[in-house]
Amino acid sequence: MKKLMAILVAVALTAACGGGEGGGPVRPPDAATAGNNQINGAGATFPLPIYSKWFSDYNKLHPNVEINYQSIGSGGGIRQLVERTVFFGASDQPMSDEMLAKAPGPILHFPTVLGAVVPVYNIEGSSTQIKFTGPVLADIFLGKITRWNDPALAKVNPGVALPSGTITVVHRSDGSGTTFVWADYLSKVSTEWKDKVGASSSLNWPVGVGGKGNEGVAGLVKQTPGSIGYVELVYALQSKITYGAVQNQAGEFISPEVKSVTAAAAGAVRTMPADFRVSITNSPGQGAYPISSFTWILLYESPDDKANGLVMSDFMKWALGDGQAMAAELGYAPLPDELVRMELEQLNRIKVQ
Amino acid sequence: MKARSGSDLGFQIGTGAFAALVLAIVVAIGIVLFRESILSIREFGFRFWVTDIWDPVAHEFGARPFIWGTLYSSVLALLIATPISLGIATYLSELCPAALRQPLIFLTELLAAIPSIVYGLWGLFVLVPLVRDLENAMPQWLRDTPLFSGPPIGLGMLSAALILAIMVTPFISSLAREVLKSVPRTQREGAYALGATEWEAIRVALSYGRTGIIGAIMLGFGRALGETMAVTMVIGNSPTVSWSLFAPQYTMSAVIANEFSEAVDDLHLHALIEIGLVLFVITLAVNAVSRMLIWNMNRQALAKPKAKLEPATLGGSA
Repeated sequence: MKKLMAILVAVALTAACGGGEGGGPVRPPDAATAGNNQINGAGATFPLPIYSKWFSDYNKLHPNVEINYQSIGSGGGIRQLVERTVFFGASDQPMSDEMLAKAPGPILHFPTVLGAVVPVYNIEGSSTQIKFTGPVLADIFLGKITRWNDPALAKVNPGVALPSGTITVVHRSDGSGTTFVWADYLSKVSTEWKDKVGASSSLNWPVGVGGKGNEGVAGLVKQTPGSIGYVELVYALQSKITYGAVQNQAGEFISPEVKSVTAAAAGAVRTMPADFRVSITNSPGQGAYPISSFTWILLYESPDDKANGLVMSDFMKWALGDGQAMAAELGYAPLPDELVRMELEQLNRIKVQ
Repeated sequence: MKARSGSDLGFQIGTGAFAALVLAIVVAIGIVLFRESILSIREFGFRFWVTDIWDPVAHEFGARPFIWGTLYSSVLALLIATPISLGIATYLSELCPAALRQPLIFLTELLAAIPSIVYGLWGLFVLVPLVRDLENAMPQWLRDTPLFSGPPIGLGMLSAALILAIMVTPFISSLAREVLKSVPRTQREGAYALGATEWEAIRVALSYGRTGIIGAIMLGFGRALGETMAVTMVIGNSPTVSWSLFAPQYTMSAVIANEFSEAVDDLHLHALIEIGLVLFVITLAVNAVSRMLIWNMNRQALAKPKAKLEPATLGGSA
């Protein structure tokens, strides 16, 4: 009992130190080896690179805290969280009301970083970046625009020599948050897409072929002349594939990059719901890239293990603070400052006593 | 002596328990698959097997395109792989110079050891462009036939069947070679004594080992049915029922692998597990049918053992 108390005190002290030097001298020596704070989480694959970096860097600051993360997919993460087999979940789409109702207690959503989905294409002999509007993208993926020199495309790309060849649509075959974000955007800009297809991690695609993973889609687009697909921004930047600009709500054509993705979140802050369960595709902000999205960490408001709750809450503060600086180099967009402030307030709701 | 029989009994019970374990595992898999797909079974019933729409947004699930894609790709793969495999097996066991035999056996077995994701990547980056070139080179009148219709993307049934054929060939050829090796020398010697040519003597050996060879083909079929990763990378993953070799299609194992991890909705998850159940049932049925086929052939062979050795069946050249 005494030992447990000592550990709890140590944890409280560590947490109080925040992003400090791990509170070395004040911590009783046995706390470091006690292995008390082993926290398990599961969920989305999209944020895995940055979460891995966060967990390992946080572990260097706090050697007694070990956070394990299994990237089994958003669906699996939500499921395991609801069954309480993991301490925290991670998801590329907010939980539905139905799933929240199934959980044994209230669950809080915390946006951690931003990602974006970009249209990638392969047009032989074209070096200028193709511009797309939302309705044009929807019509291409509905199979209504079938040729590159379609008047709708030519209109927004004046002076670009568009080929007359047919368009081959490539989509993700595996269930994915990337597909959800893409379809969520198309649903907002095309009522026909919303009625016929809708938004989910897997879809009943009207046309096209499916490639597995970002690498599958990018591979197919690269080798198929006249094709168009969509991949995560991180992947498009790394794989040097040609990607297009997309028109946002303000009418600007925005090339996807870290800055324009953060701008999309900033544009959505004014209308941010209290639980952060929000889609920021087609964001109204100036300079906002319209196919942007949050990825969330999901935590119980009243965790069953209070000590871990305290540690996790401290980790979140660190991730929302120092952690944000690591986002851009890994291809993620950092959260806007105002949102971080709102989230830090929300973190206080987690009952750690 | 008594102790000996006691240990024999223990041995019998022990090994019997292991054998029973296999049965128990099969039954347990069936039960779990059924239980975990109950929502979908209740919702769709038999319609699940015969409807074509797979729409996770509208909660509408039908497995027919996946059943079709799995069976069609596997049958096509066997049509390609069987003659090639039997050719390899015959050459290696009957005709091959001794110096060449071991290296060739090693190479065919190496093919079986390559992980399927590697086949998939190779298929995507090498085979698919080749198939696309073939599709583009095909004359229009041929492209108008139902077997070759559709846009020339490269991804699709033909690529899937080819990659599957390459993957099952080492299995079928290795097993068939073992079968041919176990054919008694007297069979061939008898044929030669009757004046048979080399080809006719090999036919006698093939005929003698045909149950084993059919078993080898069926094993290849089973492997083709369940192959997931390589197929999903080249088949195009579009749930359509089509005879066209160029059309992107889908298989049962591929849709499970693709959608399982991100399936949030209960009905979607249960529908995916029901696909697993359907695959399980079909695999069992294929195995049962092949067993019966072999059993039937064995019985016929026992009923008239002389028939296949009669000189008349060796043809007029004797």
